[in-house]
Amino acid sequence: MNTLESMTKQDGHPIEPLLRMDRIPHIWCPGCGIGTTLNAFVAAVNKLDVDRDKLCVVSGIGCTGRVAGYIKLDSFHVLHGRAIPFATGIKLSHPELNVVVFSGDGDLVSIGGNHFLHAARRNINLTVILVNNFIYAMTGGQVAPTTPVTAYTTTSPFGNFEPPSNIPQLAEAAGAVYVARWTALHIRRLTKSIVEAFRKPGFAVVEVVSPCSMYYSRLNRMGEGIDMMKFYHKNSVIKHGEPTENLDIKFQKQIIVGKFVDRERPAILGSSGGPDAEAEP
Amino acid sequence: MSGSEACAEGALSAGCGFLAAYPLVPALEILKRFAARFHDFGAVYIQMEDEIAALAAVLGAAWTGRKAMTVTSGPGFSLMMEHVGLGVMLETPCVIVDVQRWGPSEGIPNKPGQGDMMQARWGSHGDYEIIALAPNSPQEMFDLTVKAFNLSEEYRTPVMIMTDESVAHMKEKMTIPPTADIKLKRRKYYQGPKNKYLPFNWGKDFVPEMVDVGQGYKFHVTGLTHNQKGYPVINAETQELNVHSILNKIRLHSDRIAEFDEKDTQDADVVVVSYGITSRDAAKAVEKAKAQGKRVGTFRLITVWPFPEKRIAELAKTAKAFVVPEMNYGQIFYEIERCARGKADTHFVFHERSRDNGVARILEAIDRAFKESRAS
Amino acid sequence: MSLVRTPYDIKKIKVPRGEVHIVKERCKGCGFCIEYCPNGVLALSDEYNEKGYHPPKVVSPEKCLSCALCEVLCPDFAIWITLQGEVEAKIGG
Repeated sequence: MNTLESMTKQDGHPIEPLLRMDRIPHIWCPGCGIGTTLNAFVAAVNKLDVDRDKLCVVSGIGCTGRVAGYIKLDSFHVLHGRAIPFATGIKLSHPELNVVVFSGDGDLVSIGGNHFLHAARRNINLTVILVNNFIYAMTGGQVAPTTPVTAYTTTSPFGNFEPPSNIPQLAEAAGAVYVARWTALHIRRLTKSIVEAFRKPGFAVVEVVSPCSMYYSRLNRMGEGIDMMKFYHKNSVIKHGEPTENLDIKFQKQIIVGKFVDRERPAILGSSGGPDAEAEP
Repeated sequence: MSGSEACAEGALSAGCGFLAAYPLVPALEILKRFAARFHDFGAVYIQMEDEIAALAAVLGAAWTGRKAMTVTSGPGFSLMMEHVGLGVMLETPCVIVDVQRWGPSEGIPNKPGQGDMMQARWGSHGDYEIIALAPNSPQEMFDLTVKAFNLSEEYRTPVMIMTDESVAHMKEKMTIPPTADIKLKRRKYYQGPKNKYLPFNWGKDFVPEMVDVGQGYKFHVTGLTHNQKGYPVINAETQELNVHSILNKIRLHSDRIAEFDEKDTQDADVVVVSYGITSRDAAKAVEKAKAQGKRVGTFRLITVWPFPEKRIAELAKTAKAFVVPEMNYGQIFYEIERCARGKADTHFVFHERSRDNGVARILEAIDRAFKESRAS
Repeated sequence: MSLVRTPYDIKKIKVPRGEVHIVKERCKGCGFCIEYCPNGVLALSDEYNEKGYHPPKVVSPEKCLSCALCEVLCPDFAIWITLQGEVEAKIGG
């Protein structure tokens, strides 16, 4: 993103027009990557020049789920795991709306896993921003299906013994047409990815690997948010188009980021199907 | 037309623009009819991956301004409970049809039951009020579906239609009124300046004004306890304000909402209270009892929730006993017992229709009521 | 003797300059801005804000290039840059 384009004399942070300033400061911890991801999202919205009235955000429960409460758009804070079907109801009823699902790994891939798979299968035109902090942070740091093996959490005090999900692989297998992963540090590329995901017709997922200072990094003695960002700096490698089966994140090992899937797939026929709906390619 | 078909037609006549459901016996025929007819009405039909997703999609659709509905039976109804709570908290108009079957759990999918009546009222966690209707014929399936949509729009709340497999599957002659005669209600839309919209401006009648997504109001709503602006606020005062408002919204209007049909109850010694398909058999039993010279009245609940507490309490003063046949092991019976407050006896009848339509059992209970209470 | 050759078109290159704005009360002391400023414009200050965190302070304002990395990285929206025009490029500047 060329920041020079958006530089003008301002009285406040450029994000403020899209923020519910009456609720700032927000509840996220020092060093949390969600605020950074929100910055990238708003930068993407600014770049897209989309009608803000027709843009709505649906979030589930969790730290990332609180995004809906801070963004100044039509926003819904619904049940744990059910942001995607709620968004599906909105999108099918009013296809001209742009619906963004902004939620966390536990919300979208654990309790909401079924809905994630089916929305990808349907290839419904949603943009999903999935913030992955490898833990259930809001409820106090419990193990999540994305927690790497051997990591400590409050409910895996001897180390996590379950193999974790590989979100890009899940998304691709289920039928998503755009899958990318970035860390909260790759802020410019993340913004670009969100722009692409938004423009892509169909189910687009952008996974954002984000630091969780209070739980994931603290319980695993990885320092604070800044230390996790330094870790991402040193240990993330960009490999566009990498086969998603290679994208497992092992504990404290390399994180592969980039755009992995950008393809065409048949989508749900219009909003009501029926004998006159045109078939999509 | 069958009850199921009538329900689907009623929904479309009421302006239902969205149906999301998961197929479940015995609610399938409603889906089948809707799936064949919806695009003539510009509606949206989708089968979701499970009942949880179905009610989630319905709530989302309702916020775009469409009248939205889902259809299920007992097992799906249980799954939907968390979203019922969300629908109540977000104050979203929608209709949930439960075609009850024998439970619990899988039970018998193709036998009628009335075992979800209490669940309709208390199924979700926390305190809330709900509106639930009980049709007893295909005609009522049509009429009450229209009424359910009207109530949901008027009170900005989820409304349930508690029917059962026999009403859904029976075929009867019925009349679909001309479109001009079908009176429809629409939610109260906010008309003021966009930046001053409060999604939950609980006024004197506690029914807040609503808007559609995508109109520039930039509202936020949450299932967390919230203030009028829709922002989550974590303190006792907001909890009280929020919960009292959603309770009062129904309670203050329960006299208007509760609908029932009573016959010969004025000087009846025994009143038979029933709803749904049971009311037909109860009516037959009462006719037989009257032929024997007994003073018996019928009280048919059309609206089961909010329960017509006042009327039952009044009747308890004049009648000696209530006989309550239900296709369950006692659910609405306890409401009647509660409202009677000991002033009248209450007798429960396990109503089971596969043998002689259960009329004999109801008659037997009426006899018992006369013998055991101080009836003449 | 300098090992860096002066580019022939150096007069054509203009380097943007930025002014740093910090809302001290929003800062939660995460340190992202300080760490990732490419020119070392910021450093941790000794003062406390109301919540007890050390907000950043601008130590080299003339080095701010208006890249705005601090602005987009800050999770608390506490720091941003306004463009202050451009200056001529010079080696080592």
